Amino acid sequence: MRRNDAAIKINAGNKKIKMHLVLLNIDLALLIEKLVLIIIVVMASLGIAMYTTFAERKVAAILQDRRGPNRAGPFGLLQPLADGLKLFFKEEIIPNFSSKFLFILGPSLAMLTAIMTSAVIPWGNNVHFFGRDISLQIADVDVGILYVFGVVSLGVYGIMIGSWASNNKFSLMGGMRAASQIISYELAMGISLIALIMVTGNLSLKAMVVQQQAGAWNVFYQPLGFLIFLICAFAECNRTPFDLPEAENELIGGYHTEYSSMKLGFYLFSEYINMFVSSVIMSTLFFGGYDVLPFVDESKWGISENWMALIGVGALMAKVVFFLFVFMWVRWTIPRFRYDQLMRLGWKILIPLALANMLATGAIVLLKQNHWHF
Amino acid sequence: MQALTTRVKEVERKKLSFMEKLYLPAIFKGMFITFMHIFKKKPTINYPEKKRPFSPVFRGLHILNRDEEGRENCTACGLCAVACPAEAITMEAAERQIGEENLYREEKYAAKYEINMLRCIFCGLCEEACPKDAIYLSETFAPADYQRKQFVYSKEELLIPHPIEQPEAYKKALGNRSKKETANQ
Repeated sequence: MRRNDAAIKINAGNKKIKMHLVLLNIDLALLIEKLVLIIIVVMASLGIAMYTTFAERKVAAILQDRRGPNRAGPFGLLQPLADGLKLFFKEEIIPNFSSKFLFILGPSLAMLTAIMTSAVIPWGNNVHFFGRDISLQIADVDVGILYVFGVVSLGVYGIMIGSWASNNKFSLMGGMRAASQIISYELAMGISLIALIMVTGNLSLKAMVVQQQAGAWNVFYQPLGFLIFLICAFAECNRTPFDLPEAENELIGGYHTEYSSMKLGFYLFSEYINMFVSSVIMSTLFFGGYDVLPFVDESKWGISENWMALIGVGALMAKVVFFLFVFMWVRWTIPRFRYDQLMRLGWKILIPLALANMLATGAIVLLKQNHWHF
Repeated sequence: MQALTTRVKEVERKKLSFMEKLYLPAIFKGMFITFMHIFKKKPTINYPEKKRPFSPVFRGLHILNRDEEGRENCTACGLCAVACPAEAITMEAAERQIGEENLYREEKYAAKYEINMLRCIFCGLCEEACPKDAIYLSETFAPADYQRKQFVYSKEELLIPHPIEQPEAYKKALGNRSKKETANQ
């Protein structure tokens, strides 16, 4: 009898394990599929970041009536390769009085956090290959946007650690500026997002995009929220007009004054990856992600699902390119803020605005749930 | 507070209006201005592929002239060296031997003729001083080089290509000088 009991228990246990595997739906194909997706996404974001540096120089030149890099390859298209190669061949200098471990950790951390964000972004609709339904998202996390926030706020540690480890007062000042700036603007960014989440009712990026595909893009519901988010995104990426952490004319190079070779390259590169990722997130949150056109039901076009997914990826990329252009456009238009102006804008204008926006959104959402009765 | 000088000028500081305080209209205006610059003509010329035409009075590198039969015009009279304010020209004269009539136009010629392009100020006084139309300034300028001695141009570098043996190169070196001369006459 006892034996039987034990056997039943073991059986039940086995069943449980099998159940878990079924629930998790983990098989070799899924692993391969995710691995391929991860490699593609990381490579793509690195490649796009590379060409963003080129685009930045070109856009800057065009906005200033110049020609920009046009010597390396046709239209200067090989310029980023030449720049990268140059960075690799530069002498690697680690200052005598720096803390060596932290000095190396800084840029690595900046790079790591920059790339990690792209894990939860839905790049497109599901595609069908080999009889499988493949999701173009590495991980559909339920708390997607919170994950993004967590990783993005880790990014400042790369800058802070690197600047502190350099043992240089200009670096340290740049790092301190970066830290206080990012903390200040993260608040307004978070509050503006709370209003958005009130509208959408969930945190998963995929669900948000599906919602926007069915209805209107979120920017029509949250224009002020988008504006606040955009300004804060500029601040989070340390882009002009908020590039105080690396203000060349005040702080030499800011937090990367002591860096050289590829470690400097990592810092510069992570800035561009951050730009790319924040463009993707802005288009996903406010501009319908891979939704092609607002107010249009694309499923009626009668295009096969795989092609539609591809078009969706293209649409997302078009939005990203537009936002990247806006990043550069603003950089070459607006001069840098003074530090007190930066703090005043963050704490006295953006946070109250975001709070008001959140309260108004909350009131309207509640009213709507109550069928417009108080 | 009492002013320290009599030249103090009161600056009117009026408060910003609401629209100005918003900043956004000004930012959009600025962004519109930068955006319109995309469509502006770029003043840059892609140099090595495209060169700007020189003015016809441009004074560039010197050329030692030959006549139509390819004989050197220079008689090593030294007037150019005398005229040169930078003292960039040195020469040595030699007498024409029998059988060299096809090389030199007159009995005397320059065995050595050097111009130091680092000293030269490209004033064109040598061209004006020359009674034999033997030296003139072309429309090319001195290229960069690695060593100082490379800038001392010898006779081989200065001589114009032979008009009969290398008519193409001769024409090219002549440039629009031929047109200029016909215009002068």
